[in-house]
Amino acid sequence: MELIGIIIVAIFVNNVVFSQFLGICPFLGVSKKVDTAIGMGIAVMFVLTIATIVTYLIHKGILEPFNLEYLQTISFILVIASLVQMVEIVLKKTSPALYEALGVFLPLITTNCVILGVAILVIQKDFNLLESVIYAVSTAIGYAIAIIIFSSIREQLALTKVPKSMQGIPIALITAGIIAMAFMGFSGIDQVFN
Amino acid sequence: MAKLKSTFINMFLSLSIICLTVAVLLAQVNKLTAEPIAVAKAMKLQNAIGDVVPEFDNNPIEEAYLMPDGRGDSLLVYPAKKSDEIVGYAINSNAAGFGGNIQIMVGFDIEDKVVNYAILQHAETPGLGSKMDVWFNDTTKPSQSIIGRNLAEGALSVTNDGGTVDAITASTITSRAFLDAVNKAYAAYTQSNEDANTGATESEADDENIITEEDEITEEEISNE
Amino acid sequence: MNKNLKVLFNGVIKENPIFVLLLGMCPTLATTSSAINGMSMGLATMFVLICSNAVISMLKNVIPDMVRIPAFIVIIATFVTVIEMLMNAYVPALAESLGIFLPLIVVNCLVLGRAESFAAKNSVISSIFDGIGMGLGFTLSLTLLGSVRELLGTGTIFSLNIFPEEYGSLLFVLAPGAFIVLGYLISIFNSLQRKRQTN
Repeated sequence: MELIGIIIVAIFVNNVVFSQFLGICPFLGVSKKVDTAIGMGIAVMFVLTIATIVTYLIHKGILEPFNLEYLQTISFILVIASLVQMVEIVLKKTSPALYEALGVFLPLITTNCVILGVAILVIQKDFNLLESVIYAVSTAIGYAIAIIIFSSIREQLALTKVPKSMQGIPIALITAGIIAMAFMGFSGIDQVFN
Repeated sequence: MAKLKSTFINMFLSLSIICLTVAVLLAQVNKLTAEPIAVAKAMKLQNAIGDVVPEFDNNPIEEAYLMPDGRGDSLLVYPAKKSDEIVGYAINSNAAGFGGNIQIMVGFDIEDKVVNYAILQHAETPGLGSKMDVWFNDTTKPSQSIIGRNLAEGALSVTNDGGTVDAITASTITSRAFLDAVNKAYAAYTQSNEDANTGATESEADDENIITEEDEITEEEISNE
Repeated sequence: MNKNLKVLFNGVIKENPIFVLLLGMCPTLATTSSAINGMSMGLATMFVLICSNAVISMLKNVIPDMVRIPAFIVIIATFVTVIEMLMNAYVPALAESLGIFLPLIVVNCLVLGRAESFAAKNSVISSIFDGIGMGLGFTLSLTLLGSVRELLGTGTIFSLNIFPEEYGSLLFVLAPGAFIVLGYLISIFNSLQRKRQTN
């Protein structure tokens, strides 16, 4: 029951974009069309899950036992950067079709604060490995939902009349703000699971 | 100077040297800042305790011990003494709030009355639930203030539940959780008071064994904030 | 010197990281719930920008091209860790309010972006000025956004009461307010820029 609580909270209550403000740059940059949004969502889910597992093991296996917690930021980001490189190489060899679809997003993911953010958060929240993985997957689902909703709205926005200085990013941000308001309505759901 | 060619040996060397230099630099800065960081953490706890109990002259952190809270959990109790006489207890309690865990330090005097409290950590909504740090100790509004309330007369609850404490406007859930934490602390307090009045020498012997573990627990709790 | 001053002011107005380049959005939205938070985040990022720009520019000729991104990341991460440790030691309350966004400076697209597009190609002095300029632009924008949100949300700026709290709209301090205020500020900036260009 607690695990379901983690999932619901990560997707809706503390949505990674609308509540935690992670992953905004690609959120604004890659959300102009629905298919690119879906591609980004899947790529993030993929990398986030693997990255969380690896950084978790590194923190518990190396940094904590040797009192090297201050190296957390630097070791995590190096792991993430190398992981993304490796995933690109592996994808290219094993599944050229998938690489074609996701390839262009992968380098962008390295600087996506979601990955590093979630990696640090699961350590701060003191999750065990299973909880961390579930949290990572749920966060990625929340991200995918956010970015897909947003891109569908933006596709429509592109066809409407918007004041000149509002065009592009400003109106997108205001839209995101209204969606964030809607997501605030989910607050308190986790009470059911406590 | 032209850029270094990307030969394998150049790449390997440059990255290794950078990483080594970085590791040394960080280790040095870590040494420099580790102590101030630990001191800051300890200060935070000291201040929290100092804010919630009457004046004392002992070291509550060193004499801390765990007490059951009547719900299967244990809370950290910090006894405050003046001239070796107990004047109050500061208790680190918690409850499940609206947005997550609420961690508070609440102080009682020896007459079962609330002296004050401090919010150590919370995830409540800013501007709503987060007001609990100034709502329940506003002595100009006795219907919402819990300062001086005698918990021997009964557990605290919000007026919506038939109790005597006014909840924070539009934040009933946070208010309920906050009072829950205070009530849990009181349960640990009554246990402490009983123990203090009956077997003083016995508890001291146990305390010595518990103290080293206590310090670790305290640091863990603080680092979770 | 004139050239370097130009570089500096470039970062504040013409290529303002938040209003023009639209880089570093995450901390912009997350740490501007109050003016002081926005300012501290800006200053911390400026520290990292100046140091990493300087070091990367110094080493630009000895870092082989193929490993430049990992090398830049290591250098940036080092300075982020340093400012993290210094802030935790000497201003712990501020470090706590910045929370996870302090280590997240390392993935701030602004820092890596300037390293890649400026520091790797220009002299050390120019890179330092670019770091100062971009950092200043970032800090000023964050402080502005933080002040607007704090004022509209709680009636205070830097904790100084301007008008009673009851007249403020809490929304501005919360998540949706961040998006909305930033959206309006960018559109105001855009229209000001266009007016300047047509004059």
